[in-house]
Parts: sequence; C-alpha cells; structure tokens
Amino acid sequence: MSLKVEIAFKLNGRSVAREILTSTSSLQVLNRDFDLAGAKLACGEGECGACTIMVDGVSRNACLMAGVDLDGRDVETVEGLWEGNGLDPLQEAFVNSGAVQCGFCTPGMVMQAKYLLKPGKKLSRDEVIRGLEGNVCRCTGYHKIIDAVVAASGEAS
Amino acid sequence: MNKIIEKEEIVGARIAKLDAPEKVTGRTRYINDMVLPRMLYAKIFRTDRVHAKILKIDVSKAEALPGVHAVITAADTPDGKIGVIKDNPPLKGDKVRCIRDELAAIAADTEEICDAALRLVEVEYEDLEPVFTCEDALKPGAPVIDEERPDNIAMGQNFSHGDISEGEKASDHIVEGAYNVHYVTHCNMGTSCCIADISASGKVTLYSQSQYPYIMKMDLAPALDIHPGDLRIVQPPVGGAFGSKLDVYPNEPICILLAKKTRRPVKLTYSREEEFIVSPTRQPVEFKIRAGMTSDGIFTFREVDSFLNNGGYTSWGATTPYVTMRTCTSHYVVPHVSYSARAVYTNNPFAGSFRGYGNVQATWCVEIHVDKMAEVANLDPIEIRLRNANEPNSITPQGSDLGCIDLVGCINIAAEKSGFLEKWKTNRATWDDGERYKRGIGIATSLHNAGGAKIHKSDGCGTILTMDDYARVTVMTGASDIGQGSDTVIAQIVAQELGVPIRDITIINNDTALGPWDVGVHASRTTYIAGNSAKRAAIDARGQLLSAAEKQSNVTADLLDLRGGYVVQADNGEVVIEIAKLLRQIHFAGEDSTLVMATDYYEPPTEPEDKDHMGDMSAAYSHAAHVAEIVVDTLTGEIRIEKIWSVQDVGKIINLNGLEGQIEGGIAMGIGFGLHENMQIEEGIVKNPSFRDYHLVTAPEMPPIDMTFIETDDHEGPEGAKGIAELPTIVIAPAIGNAFFNATGVWIDHPPLTPEKVARAIWERDNPNLAAE
Repeated sequence: MSLKVEIAFKLNGRSVAREILTSTSSLQVLNRDFDLAGAKLACGEGECGACTIMVDGVSRNACLMAGVDLDGRDVETVEGLWEGNGLDPLQEAFVNSGAVQCGFCTPGMVMQAKYLLKPGKKLSRDEVIRGLEGNVCRCTGYHKIIDAVVAASGEAS
Repeated sequence: MNKIIEKEEIVGARIAKLDAPEKVTGRTRYINDMVLPRMLYAKIFRTDRVHAKILKIDVSKAEALPGVHAVITAADTPDGKIGVIKDNPPLKGDKVRCIRDELAAIAADTEEICDAALRLVEVEYEDLEPVFTCEDALKPGAPVIDEERPDNIAMGQNFSHGDISEGEKASDHIVEGAYNVHYVTHCNMGTSCCIADISASGKVTLYSQSQYPYIMKMDLAPALDIHPGDLRIVQPPVGGAFGSKLDVYPNEPICILLAKKTRRPVKLTYSREEEFIVSPTRQPVEFKIRAGMTSDGIFTFREVDSFLNNGGYTSWGATTPYVTMRTCTSHYVVPHVSYSARAVYTNNPFAGSFRGYGNVQATWCVEIHVDKMAEVANLDPIEIRLRNANEPNSITPQGSDLGCIDLVGCINIAAEKSGFLEKWKTNRATWDDGERYKRGIGIATSLHNAGGAKIHKSDGCGTILTMDDYARVTVMTGASDIGQGSDTVIAQIVAQELGVPIRDITIINNDTALGPWDVGVHASRTTYIAGNSAKRAAIDARGQLLSAAEKQSNVTADLLDLRGGYVVQADNGEVVIEIAKLLRQIHFAGEDSTLVMATDYYEPPTEPEDKDHMGDMSAAYSHAAHVAEIVVDTLTGEIRIEKIWSVQDVGKIINLNGLEGQIEGGIAMGIGFGLHENMQIEEGIVKNPSFRDYHLVTAPEMPPIDMTFIETDDHEGPEGAKGIAELPTIVIAPAIGNAFFNATGVWIDHPPLTPEKVARAIWERDNPNLAAE
C-alpha cells in the first residue's frame, strides 16, 4: 500500500501541514489535498508549464516536483496573488491585454511572469519572450501575453 | 437641467473578456478540476493491436480488485453506434479496427485503482492483416475494415461544373501537382474529460466539453438506448477545443454507462499521452490537381481528386470535403471545375474536425499550386492572383453568392505593406550565390464561410433575454464559448442596444436545460449567428423599454435613446429616467405589472447543399491574405519566420482584443502545421504522443504580425461583422511554403517543412545526380 508522510510548509503566506501520499507530486498535493486548482495538469512531464508555481522564490513545474519536497519550503500559487481587493497589477495586465482565451495555461503563465518580474527592473520584450519559452499556450499566439508582462514590468519599475 | 449622457461605442472597442478575471486568479474550475460528491473515476482499457478479431475479454480479475465498482465491456453495452455514419460501437466486442479501440472500462474509487485494474484485463485476439494507406485499402482483395462497407469506402463526394475538356482546349499551359497533407492534432491544453451522473428517475446529466451540445443529445442517445430528451448537457469551462469536440466519441457513452451501472457520478479524464493517441486528428488528405490557364495566366479549368485516410471509424474528418470542395471549386474564378473525394477505411486512427475544417488542406493544395502556375506563366504571385480574383457579389460554381467580399483589397494591401514584389525579385536573384542563409517571401489567400454554414437543416441559434429590477441583464444563448470569447462579443452587442454597462450583463451558455437551441461552435459562426440572435432579442427588449418610457415621459419612443443605464433624449442626451427605476415602475404596477423579457431564434437566410453540392450555405463569405517573410538556413534546414502580414476581411470589428487574439492564435496554430507539428503514425501506431516529441509553437518562435482589417460591412451580419476565427489558421502555411520556394527555388509539396525535409530538398537541388540514384 501507499506510504504516507506528514509535510509542513508555507503556502501563500500561511503555515500549513498535511499528511500526504509519498507517491504524489506537488501538483497533486496542491490540487487534491489543498483544493487549489490554479496550477493545472496539462502534460505531467514538465513540457508545458501549466502547473508553474513558485518555490522559495523560484518558478517550478509542480508536476515534476515530488509532494514530499514541499516540506519546509515557501510555496506561492496563483491563488496567493489575489487578496480579494483588486487584482494584482500583473493579473490586471493579463485581463486588459487580452492575454486570456481558454485560460488553461494562464495561471502558469502568470506565475512564470511573476517570477520574471523583479521590483524596480523593467524587462525588455526579448527578456519576457525568452522567460516565457517554457510555457505553452495553444490559443493566443503569445503576443498578448507578452504585451501583458511587458506592461506589468513597466508598472513595477 | 438634467444630467447629460453621451453615446458610448461598446461595439468596436477593445473590451476585456468577461471571464478573464476568474481565469487569471485561478478561480475558474474547469471540467478537469471538477469533483462531484461520491464521484468515481474511470479509465478505458484499449487494445494494443490495429486489426484483430477479439476472441475473448476476461475482466474477472479487474472486477475483483478492491476499490473497483464496475467493469463494462461490449456485453454490457446497447447495440447503438456513434459517429457520422454510425459505424463506431463505444465498446468493441467482435473486432479491433485501430489502436484506439475501447475493449473495457473501469470505474473505481481512484484513478490509481483504475490503472491497477487495467493491468488485470485479459484479452485473446486473432490478428488480421492490416492496411494503412488509401492505395492499399482500395486494391482488389484488400483487407475489409468495416464488414458493412466491403469496398473500404466510408464516404465520397463528386462535383463538376462546366466541362473540363472545354477548359483543356482553352488552355495554353496545364500544370499538374500532388500534395499530401499530414496528421496533426488539436493539443487542447485541457485534456478530454467528461463526468456523467444519472438521477433516480433515469435522467442523465453529462458534464461535457462538447462544442455541439444540442445535436449531441440526438447523436448520443442511440448508443445509450435512452430518449434524447432525457439527456442534459452541462458545459463547464474547457481548456480549448478547436473542433475536437464536434462529435460524440466513445469516452462519453462509456462514462454514462459506468454511471448507470454504479449509480454514482463518474469522471473520465485522458492523460496527455492518451489525448495524443485517442482524440481526433486533422483529416490527412492526398490531393492530385490538374489546372490550366491561358498564356496570360487566366485560369481555364481545375480538376482536383483526393483521397482521405479515414482510419478505422468515421467521424467528421470524412465530411471535410464539403469545405475542401468549396475552396477547390470557388477560390479564384475558374470556369470549369471538377472535384472528387473518397474517404477510405484503413487501420489508422481517425480524424475529426479541426479549426479550418477541410480548408487548411485545400488551401495548401490550391495556393502552392497557384504559385507553381505563376512560374509557368512567368507572372509574379501577386499578378496571377489579381488576374483571377473573385469579384464582389459573384456567384460561385456551387451557387454561393459571395456578397461583399474584397479579395483584391486583401491581396493589394498585403503586397503593398510587405513590399512584396521588390523583395520577391531580389530573393530570386540570390538562389545560386552560395550563401548559407536565404531570404524568402510568399503570399497565400483563402476563401471561407463567414456567415455560418448550413450543414444541418437549421443553422440557427436562440436567445432568451431578461432584465431584473436593477437593470441587470441575463442573456441565455445557445452558443457555446470554448474560450474564444463569444460570450464577451454577445454581451457587447446587447450592452450597445440596451445602453447598460457591459459588467451588468450575465451570459448563460452552458446548459441545454436552460439555453435555447444552437447548432454548435464551429464554422466561424458564433459571432455571426448567435450575435444576430442576441442583437434581435436586445432590439426587442429595447423596444419594450422605450415604449414604457414613452408612457412615463410623454416623449415619443423614437426620440428616446438608452445610454449608460438611463433613458435619455436622443438629440441632446438629457436624462429622462434611470432604466432600473423604469423597470421597477413597470414591474410593480398593480394589474399592469410586467417584466422586460425577449426571445429570439435567428435562422440565417441560407440553404443546405443539395445532393449535387449546390447551395448558398453561408450568409457571408470572407477572404484573408497572408504574406510570410522567412530566412532559411540551408545548412541545418531550419526556417525562421521574420514577419507576417495579415490582411483579413472581418466585416466589422466587434472586439479588437478578441479579433487580434483569434488572428494571432490562428496563425500560431497554422505555423505549427506548416513547420513542425506532425503526428508520426507508423503502421497505425502513434509514435510521438507527448509535447516532447510533438512540438507546439512557443513564445520565441512567434514572429511579429502586422495586421490589417478590411471592414466590408456585411449587410446581414451583426453590426456588419463576419466570422473570422478559422481563416488565420488556413492561410499562413502555404504563404510559408511559397516563401520557401522564393528563397531556394525548390518546392516542398508536402507539409510540414521540417528541418530534415528542408535540408534534404536543398541537398537534392544541389546534387541532382546523387538524388536520382
């Protein structure tokens, strides 16, 4: 039978603990054990970026990271960006730029963009394009996603 | 003096999608994220053969596994079949016809238990001789795939207009060609998924990604042996569809049968690998084309014969000739045309519909061939297209009135903005200079239906519109939104008529028990058809509001307008009454109490094709021209697209964000098809079922796009709009193919233009003697 283990970590700023199956990925832990559906399973092999989350300030494919590796980490998901009073400027830029169609890749795109945006530094368009290379979108053709991140980068500086 | 309100133009503006805030926050629950109380999970046991007799299926060990609630096989399934010619039983009991075949299905507490149970299913087969190509399947004595159709022909179409021999006589040149269009697939980011639930009274609710929920009820019912009226289709948000959900596939009846057997909700989700192997592909086509012209390059005849590899079962792929035929017979003026198509059973996976339908295939064939004809006629690609371009209001050989088209404008603007001719001449002069990097520029155009497509008896859509006491509007539409943004377009059209803010409009479009009928989301039809229906319902509601306001204000209705939530005087914008207040006044008016409600069913003024393929099946038609400028690395075979110019007749812009997004996204999909997307199917087996081995366009591979919109202002379309979503995917690949010739002097007839193919073509050009060996 499957082994279980207790893990404790910081999730969107709050300390959490949960007993999880050792066989599950970080993505499954977030989706199933914490009912956070923002990070999406689209390929399960780190090729599309739909499951992108931030772990200790670095963007990661949650589908490739073992659930037990969340233990002791500082984890941020797309759900952590919206505090209920107005969207994050990056999310606002995605909405206004038309960067969302079906939206399945969007949470991963937003989290990867969040990782790319450094306070006080304006990103060039090329830096944004290179930084989003690992996130696949089948709907938009990327231009409006890039527009959104460049616009948000301008605001952050 | 009362408040003054200026008129606001909501139609034509850059409006954010209504569902975007929910999506950027991760709050949207897609069907893949849904969990119902007491829900079980399901998986399908598939064959590992491509053609075999099934001798025995033993599921007893799988049934005995703890956590398994039900295992079903063909023995538990009603006899009804699915698919466009009803040749596909959801579970196969007698015979395997392709690698997708479903032999058993399991419902269990978890997906992991399902996986364990799948390994316990035992099957005995007797292998049959397989056949994989149309040519082999049509040979006398070829293995028979479907015993009811022993000639292996699933479907066929023939059309002719004029007299090909007359066209031959009038020709100074006849150019022949052969073009094979390959297998690609949709790659929706959200994989296929459905959830079935059955009530104690036997009614079925199917949570589905369907693009045609109302017709789906009719298509699904026979396979379940239930009345279509007892099926309710609910459409949660989906991660893309692009045509892949325009038919019933076995997963949905199987899921319902498992729910019936377990009396619990059952969810069936595909893994990415399963999605690649099982979900429908674009229809592969082998074209042969002969076309004639005068010495001036005026087209005289065009003859196209095609074979479609139908795979083991028949889905919408076999019907793509209805669209392919339109382009082959009607794109450019050709006096004598003939067209034939045969969909031939093989043991390959089968194709469905995919954005652009048969027109991606047709436009590759016709547009590459037009450039070859230009070479023979010693004309440039712009001139040959202009000399043969269709004119507005002309009637095509199949009887379509093309209406307010502007193909000439599309070609001229694309040529001018890209500096086409100068670059085209310069590039040709460098073919033999020995440099490694070669520049090329190419153009392609296409014709597509832009006002629906009457492939059923009705091409209509219904709307139910209500207003509440706070002037909030609920619009129930039959039209499905699969991410493309039609809900926002419909809200814009309604907001414009009713003078209310767009955020005050709620669109309900996800439940067949609520919405009125619609054909489905396909054929670039939703803005046109659903938009028209919503507009007509909104005009009705507007009339109700204005006549109520007339009674309250003693100003006649024709002098009033609705703006920003108020009834105002049309001439000066002076406020007469708040719409919400007016609604409450007429709602709470004693015996005269009433609500503002409106219904509409819009049927476009079109006709289905008759048996001879004649009929004006769309209310509007449209063209696009794409120019691609590329750089070819002749050493590695890599093609980099430097820039794309897109010119499209859109009728009228409704939402700039949505329009640009559809064009950019369509082009991305078309680039993938033209350059690298390729399902490697060898002896019926999908060899590259992953994003690692099936490469989708990524952000750094997207070139800049210069977009021009031509507004022809269609007289029937809502606000003058035409459907726009498919043309971008259709046109770009042949523009790249023609640019490749301009760069190298070599044709590649069969997409995709992969580095391997490009490098080989250039090597063959440079080593003609070795290549001949």
